[in-house]
Amino acid sequence: MLQNAYPDQIAGDFYTENFAKKAAEGSLILNLGPQHPSTHGVLRVVVELDGEYILRAEPVLGYLHRMHEKMAEVKTAAQFIPNMGRVDYGQALGWNWAFVGAVEKLGGIEVPERAEYVRVITSELNRIASHLLWWGAYLLDLGAFTPIMYAFDDREKILDILQIPTGSRLTYSYFRIGGVASDLNEDCVRRIREFIPWMRSRLPMYKDLVSDNIILRKRIEGIGVIEPDVCQRYGATGPVARGSGIACDLRKTEDYSVFRKLDFIAPTSELKDARGRYDVRMIEMEQSLNIIEQCLDMMPEGEVLVKGAPKPSWKAPKGESYFAVEGARGKIGVHLVSDGGKNLYRCKLRAPGYCNLSLFAEVSQGTILADAVAILGSLDLIIPEIDR
Amino acid sequence: MNAIKEALKNVSDLWSLMVGLKVTGRYFREPQRTVRYPWKALSNTDTYKGHLELVGGMKDPFKPRCISCGMCALACPSNCLTVVKRKAPKPTPEEEKALAEAKERGEKPKDKTPKDPEKFIYDFSLCSLCGTCMENCPAGALQFSGNIYMAGYSRNDFLFDLVVKMRESEAASPAEPAAAPAATSEA
Amino acid sequence: MPAEFIRILIGLVAVAVSVGLIGLVMVWVERKVAGHIQRRPGPYEVGPNGVLQPLADALKLVGKQLFMPDGADPILYWLAPVLSFIPVLLLFLPLPVGDGLMALDINLGLLLILAFAGLTVLSLLLGGWASNTKYCLLGAARAVAQSVAYEIPLLLSVLAVSFVAGSLNLAEVVKGQGTWPWNWNIMTQPLAFLIYIVSALGETNRAPFDLPEAESELTAGFHTEYSGMGFGLFFLAEYANMVVVCSVATALFLGGWQGPVLPGPVWFVLKVSLLMLLMVFFRWTYPRVRFDQLLTINWKWLMPLAVLNLLATSFFVKLAQFTEVRW
Repeated sequence: MLQNAYPDQIAGDFYTENFAKKAAEGSLILNLGPQHPSTHGVLRVVVELDGEYILRAEPVLGYLHRMHEKMAEVKTAAQFIPNMGRVDYGQALGWNWAFVGAVEKLGGIEVPERAEYVRVITSELNRIASHLLWWGAYLLDLGAFTPIMYAFDDREKILDILQIPTGSRLTYSYFRIGGVASDLNEDCVRRIREFIPWMRSRLPMYKDLVSDNIILRKRIEGIGVIEPDVCQRYGATGPVARGSGIACDLRKTEDYSVFRKLDFIAPTSELKDARGRYDVRMIEMEQSLNIIEQCLDMMPEGEVLVKGAPKPSWKAPKGESYFAVEGARGKIGVHLVSDGGKNLYRCKLRAPGYCNLSLFAEVSQGTILADAVAILGSLDLIIPEIDR
Repeated sequence: MNAIKEALKNVSDLWSLMVGLKVTGRYFREPQRTVRYPWKALSNTDTYKGHLELVGGMKDPFKPRCISCGMCALACPSNCLTVVKRKAPKPTPEEEKALAEAKERGEKPKDKTPKDPEKFIYDFSLCSLCGTCMENCPAGALQFSGNIYMAGYSRNDFLFDLVVKMRESEAASPAEPAAAPAATSEA
Repeated sequence: MPAEFIRILIGLVAVAVSVGLIGLVMVWVERKVAGHIQRRPGPYEVGPNGVLQPLADALKLVGKQLFMPDGADPILYWLAPVLSFIPVLLLFLPLPVGDGLMALDINLGLLLILAFAGLTVLSLLLGGWASNTKYCLLGAARAVAQSVAYEIPLLLSVLAVSFVAGSLNLAEVVKGQGTWPWNWNIMTQPLAFLIYIVSALGETNRAPFDLPEAESELTAGFHTEYSGMGFGLFFLAEYANMVVVCSVATALFLGGWQGPVLPGPVWFVLKVSLLMLLMVFFRWTYPRVRFDQLLTINWKWLMPLAVLNLLATSFFVKLAQFTEVRW
């Protein structure tokens, strides 16, 4: 059918060759990526198409592997925090928290109350920013070019707010072992208080423009149905699992930090399709605003870094610890093993996107290619955290 | 009957398209959010970190407070700092005589080398702007400069010596404090 | 030389010039409107308010290297953009811009337009096939299915209007309408107008039906491999097609050049601009319709409705003729 310029060579690389061995008759093997117009990152999916229907799909990872876990083995605990800001740029503060929490658990370090509240506020702001990015990028995949601009307008406000205590806009290394690096000053608190009603007034506009739009609804309703047992088999967490009805929000089930004092809903959806995941994330944005408001009212005065916080020469005591937080994409976990030496012995990072992506091979069988893009977008993947 | 109901529902859902048009039509008339950058100033740049710089003392704002202890270089995750201490100065003949006398009396000679560093080499292209060096400095000698306009033509432009930079800013500032404001040196 | 020939020649020259100008103006309008919807300025550097930006883009496209992918068929590959652009010039000839101001006054104006609009399908197919790339082939297959499908409701809705007017000559149809909006054909044929607009969006591959150019799924569909002036010609052809369908819509439904105070051509240009602005707004507001939903809309909704509309129109036209004869 198509002319092959070099007929004696098999087209494609190692992965495509392996994939092509089990190909059905007359099917077309296509590479989606790694250079993607969609803004997921460097993801390559090898699909086997029969006309428009996907027979098999296989994600190929590793294009963005930066060896963070290896870097952990040559750095001390305090030196590893900037790395955690770069593992996932969407939820940098969530990853910061997971690591710092694991170290504090290992070293038995208490965190002052005010620091816990500051951590919650900044993390939730980061969650809203991440969901806005997801929303804009998802709609860009589906062909609507304006919502991403509106979403980034809101995101700019959040980034300006977070720039005041941390000094950075995207890759924060703000948390320290035993608290946070600096306090929220009055300017910051005032701006957060102004931001909350403004964001609340924007959400109905998003609903009008996008969520109720008939074209969008036809694109995402009934697409990518993920049954709860599929989620359990692959270990999917976060909005992917909650969109299928499993109530697994770590902020409610594990009650870490000050979440037990806060009153909020962790939404789940009974529709198991892309629409369910979409709704879960939109409601999560609203609930994050509630959480931030309550924290601002309940925050006590005090220090944000515990006295006697570890100095650079601090050695983590021998032992293991595991700490998990609820990130925007799911459960972010850090498993630390220390042998009492200067550097960490092993730091395993559990990325939520890795388990969410592994669902894709099973869920996309039998769907249309256009739906595959919609499903990938609804899983909210950020490839740097998958490849680490 | 159900098919007719569904068909009618499909038609009534088309109203959402009009609502969408109304939203974009409204935003069409609203003012722009873009700041036309080189001609207009940005408003959110004063909290950004920028590269490191040395802080001067109370008496002499252009002599760094740094005591060359090297804690910052130890703490840095990215190995971008190198502190070069000053060597002890060659003693004058009177001082040599005083030293020899003190040694005979059994006193330990005082170390008269100045504490501030000779060179403070900082590689900005490796720095991850985490602030760990700043927090671990016992003398409070480091701060972020807030210089967002740093630009260069090659990577070596970002490997600089902070002591030299401080001297440059001293040269650039006027002798009278009431005259034109001191310009921090920009590349 | 016969007067007809000279008239057509002058018309062709005017059309060629105006298509070029329209391309430039439309690029600027689309980018500015897109910018303002998204609360940003759009082009503003080149020329005052960015007016010279399309010119800069055209110069850039002309200056690019023209290359062909490995194993592509050179004749077909370079024929495709040319074939998409040249027939569009023909489509402008029967359009009545003012009273008696058309390049070609023939009885089959509408038929000419519909027939030559089918040539764009051929150029899509050639472009996709000749590129020797899987993405292009998929994109071209989708584009051909879409274009062929949407021609049918287009034809049927246009036929309904010509039944009422009694002629396929666009000048006749325009003269049959009055000066004021309540005399226009949109009042008597609202369903045909809606069907026409939707089919026009589908024919010209504009959003929300722009799957052949879907950037996030198949890179750029059938024109992935084109760069420089090849891409420029496809781009110009798309805008020119848009102008043609909007002009036909104004001539058939919105009263053409008729209007109260201003001269004919001014009204024509105003109405066409309004419809084009509407199409630009549609592109920047709605997400893309999925391919099988696109075909569903056509075969299950637009075509039956268009057929029903045609039947009803013909019934009432016959009834009016019958009662006239009786009187």
